[in-house]
Amino acid sequence: MSFAVIQFPGSNCDQDCVHVLSKVLKQPVKWVWHKETDLGDVGAVIVPGGFSYGDNLRTGAIARFSPIMIFVKEFAAKGGLVLGICNGFQILCESGLLPGALIRNRSLTFRCGHVYLKVMRSDSAFTNSTPEKGPLRIPIAHHDGCYYVDPASLESMKANGQILWQYCDEEGVAGVDANPNGSVWNIAGVCNKEGNVAGMMPHPERASESCLDSCDGIHLFKSMLMALKQPAPVS
Amino acid sequence: MSREMHSAKPGSAFHMKAKIIITPKKAVLDPQGKAVQQALQHMGYEGISDVHVGKYLEIEFDGEPATARETIDQACHKFLSNPVIEDYRFELE
Repeated sequence: MSFAVIQFPGSNCDQDCVHVLSKVLKQPVKWVWHKETDLGDVGAVIVPGGFSYGDNLRTGAIARFSPIMIFVKEFAAKGGLVLGICNGFQILCESGLLPGALIRNRSLTFRCGHVYLKVMRSDSAFTNSTPEKGPLRIPIAHHDGCYYVDPASLESMKANGQILWQYCDEEGVAGVDANPNGSVWNIAGVCNKEGNVAGMMPHPERASESCLDSCDGIHLFKSMLMALKQPAPVS
Repeated sequence: MSREMHSAKPGSAFHMKAKIIITPKKAVLDPQGKAVQQALQHMGYEGISDVHVGKYLEIEFDGEPATARETIDQACHKFLSNPVIEDYRFELE
């Protein structure tokens, strides 16, 4: 079963995702242009980062109406694994596949650099292969990464185990100082109630090889392989 | 705008303009509004209690006045605003 990486006009992390999946994890991957009307036989879909449609109107607001999104929604409704990274997370929120929305960083500045992530549960399709050695170190690069959801929805998301990653410090403490963008409850990534669709602002594909300073992002893709019962190569 | 509007016979459609204002919901953090408020206060403007930064859109179209309001409302709800974080209001002229 292969991975599909969706390309929108303005996507710019699609190549990185394809590189990690095909070269590092030796998995079959295909690019799917946003105007395609079929995903084909795929095991998982990645909605990559970038600036789809130039972030016009709102981040992800236009991309969610691309033809392929109908098929991504159908795939998700059947239980298929879908991961949105950065702009991909914004697109999944706009499309209603994930709750909440991403708004302008509280600092009003573009934030770029490594952050620490606390993994909130280790039994999800996106976190099952996370080592227990402490927080993950993965970079962020965004201007609109402040996650917002209303208080009642936040409580039900917590109860359903839908918060997958929180921004934290090196010790794993999710305090105000470790929050790079003002997200409610330091949220860096969430999943849907069913657990098969997830989105995150940090970029695991930029931290999946030792030459890139951190390899912590690879655990996320390995978790997806585990969920798909597809063996990952020994690294 | 809508299919009905596109299919309106020439002569039966009116040229209209929708003026749409989109603002962040009160409960949502509005760092741009806060930054503008602080700048105004630094400039010496007194008595400013709140500032919200939103968007303004003008949409010109030909359509039926009877259905235009509902159509624009739908476009605002589905696409032009995000109901999770934004409110909208509009005028037709």
